[in-house]
Order: sequence, then C-alpha cells, then structure tokens
Amino acid sequence: MSDIKIKITDREGVTHEIDAPTDMNMNLMEVVKAYELAPEGTIGICGGMAMCASCQCYVNSNHTLPEMSDDEEAMLSEAFNVEDNSRLGCQLHISEGMDGLEVELAPEE
Amino acid sequence: MIKTDILIIGAGPTGLFAVFEAGLLKLKCHLIDALPQAGGQCSEIYPKKPIYDIPGFPEVLAGDLVDNLMEQIKPFQPGFTLGERADSIEKLDDGSFIVTTNKGTKHHAPIVAIAGGLGSFEPRKPQLENLSKFEDNGVAYIIRDPEIYRDKKVLIAGGGDSALDWSIFLADVASEVTLIHRRNEFRGALDSVEKVQELKDLGKINLITPAEIIELKGKEHLSSVVVQKTDSKEHIEVEVDSFIPLFGLSPKLGPIGDWGLEIEKNAIKVDNTLDYQTNIPGVYAIGDVNTYPGKLKLILCGFHEATLMCQSAYQRIFPDKKYVMKYTTVGGITGFDGSKKEAPKAVVKAIE
Repeated sequence: MSDIKIKITDREGVTHEIDAPTDMNMNLMEVVKAYELAPEGTIGICGGMAMCASCQCYVNSNHTLPEMSDDEEAMLSEAFNVEDNSRLGCQLHISEGMDGLEVELAPEE
Repeated sequence: MIKTDILIIGAGPTGLFAVFEAGLLKLKCHLIDALPQAGGQCSEIYPKKPIYDIPGFPEVLAGDLVDNLMEQIKPFQPGFTLGERADSIEKLDDGSFIVTTNKGTKHHAPIVAIAGGLGSFEPRKPQLENLSKFEDNGVAYIIRDPEIYRDKKVLIAGGGDSALDWSIFLADVASEVTLIHRRNEFRGALDSVEKVQELKDLGKINLITPAEIIELKGKEHLSSVVVQKTDSKEHIEVEVDSFIPLFGLSPKLGPIGDWGLEIEKNAIKVDNTLDYQTNIPGVYAIGDVNTYPGKLKLILCGFHEATLMCQSAYQRIFPDKKYVMKYTTVGGITGFDGSKKEAPKAVVKAIE
C-alpha cells in the first residue's frame, strides 16, 4: 500500500479523511482537486506553479514538511489571509512522511 | 460599432488559434480581452515558463508560443479590443449578437466564441474594511495616467515588478513615495530591486518592510493609511493622497456567468460531440472556459476545439454552402492582407 491518510478541512469547515497516493507524483493541491473538495476554478488556478495562492492551506499537525522554495515564500508574502502555518498545497508533494497530515484550506480570495 | 464574422472573447492561445482556423475559411475575427496585451495566462502569469506538450514543440516558452501564434494569424488581420472586459450580450432578431464591453465598445457578429480561459483578470484587492468606499477616492489598482500623481503623496503596496517599477517611476513625479511590502525581499527584475535600493538610500522612496496596511482613514477622500510593522507590531500612520495596492491579478469568470449560459464547475457547458456550442445557438465556448465529460484544460485541446468551432460557425453563417476542408499543404494560406503562402511548386523538367 502506498496510500497515506490526510485530513483536509474544506472551506465550508467540513473535515474529510482521504487516502492520498504517494506513487502518482501528486501534490496536495491535486489531491484536493481529485476529491473535489473545492469547486473547480477556485483552487490550483495557475496549475501548480506557485504563481497564485488559490491552494493556500494551513498546516495544523506537527509534520516536518519540505522547506519552502523562494517562489512559494514570495507568493505567500503577497497572498491574503496568510498565517505562520500557511503553505501552498501545490508545493507539497505527497510523500510517506505526510501520513496523518492535517490541513485546512484557506478562504477563497 | 465593430463588425466581424466571429467575435472571440479572450485573446489567449485558444482564441488566437481560432483566428487562424477561421481565416482558412475566409472568416474574419475580432478579439476582446480584459488584459492590455494578447496571450492570456501565457503572457500574464507565466511568460517565462517552458511548455512541453505543444505538439511539434519539444519545449517552448509560453511567451514565445504567444508570439508565434500572433505571427501565424497576422495574414488574417484580426481586430483587437484590449484592456476591456466583455460585459453584456444581446441577441438581435436576425440571430446575430451585440457584445458590449465595460467601456461601452460595441461589437456585432453572427458568431460569438468565448475563449475566456479562467475568466477576465481583475486586480487582487487587499482585504480592508472600507476599501470600496475609497475606490476612485484615493485608492486605485491600475495606474492609467501617472500625471495625476504629480506632487501628490503616494503609497504603493506590493512586492512584485509592478510595485517596484511604479515606485521608481513615481519617485520623480510624486512629492512622496512610500513602498510597503510584507517581506524585506522583493521578487522582481534585479535592476528594479537595485534601483529601488538606490532611491531609498537617496531618500526618494520611503520603504517600510516587512509591514502591511491595516486601516484606511479619511472622510470622503482617503487621507491616511495605518501601516503595521510585521516584526514590532508598531503602527505607523502615513498621510497619503493615493494608495495603490499592486498585488497582481486574479481571474474571475465575471459577467459572462450572467449571460444565460449553462455553467457547471465554474465553466461553460458545451456540446463536445459536435462543435463546442453552448446552450445559446451561435455562442460557442472553447479552451479552458468550457466543460464537458472528460474535459482537459490543455492548450492543445483548446486548439482542437477552436478548429471544430470554426467549421460549425461557417455552416451557421453560410447554411447553403458546402465546405470542403483543404489541407494547408495543398491550398496554402491566402491572407486578407493579400499575402500568399504556399508550398513551392515542383520543377518539371526533363533530364537529358
């Protein structure tokens, strides 16, 4: 089994526990899209290039995640509703270390 | 009134390629786009990003793809209404349409092809309580005429190229320029970053970082903004005549959503078994803006959709004509500008 469990709270406040594959080269934004946890056109607008902040999410568990790239940091510095635990979902590549991750989607801008 | 055969809403890659396919059928096109330049997302969001799935191009920069498309459609002399957003559509008794932009420009065509991508790009607005009250009363998102800032106190917020470039430009025009950004680092061309540093050292730009605007003050017109320093939480009140937030653009489906088109998942439903027509006969939707079972938002799919749309548009405009598809390798390209491109004729000569 190469699936991990992730808890994603959508913009309506509903928490979904979903299985995310680690072997399909997916990122968190794509997982959210695949499960349709946010309406099409409201997430992943730039396609995953860290060039919009539509996939911003708050990380609520204590997982060690990959460090932010300059692009992600720059984008988050221009985004709205940014908190200390904000990340861009498109920059979080699904990996085994993320098992049990808890995230919440940031409000739509 | 601008008259054309196919009115294309959206000048991204799909809209541009539709001009080519229409041109082969001798149909004229006019494009409307809310952005000041053609190319859509490719020009606005990621001009320097390479694309690897355009057939025949192992690698092409998004900006170069747009340049190539513009070159490809040049013989068909498309018209452009740029910097205006298509706002309303009206169906006339003869079945043709009038599309009016937010600036009142009217376009008349028998066919409307919506190639609107993710929608029209609108400025991203900071979330401040009384922001809308001061819009056009001291708050602007786009600098149209820099002269109106002459000898005024201007505050710019943002960390990208436009914030840097306008700060530099206005440093010579305005009486006072303040630049605010949430971080100390700016993401812009190195030249611009260095120039801002220089102007800051000369005292011509007042730089406050890392900080953000938390409050707007004023009676009718904006008179000051409250800036909060991120590290010390200290509040600074800056007297200003103008506040210009430059946080980039984000796409919104916008008024097209109210045209009576069937919308699903923020996209326009079309008939993918035939011609990408919407529920309004004569109105088509192609590229990222449409949806149908199995839809993929890829440029190459937009090209295909544009091609089939043009065939259907031709049949609508000329219901009595029979059209036989011609390969460009056979028929070449005859532009509306009189230009002709075709395969060189083989030489027929006996060898003695």
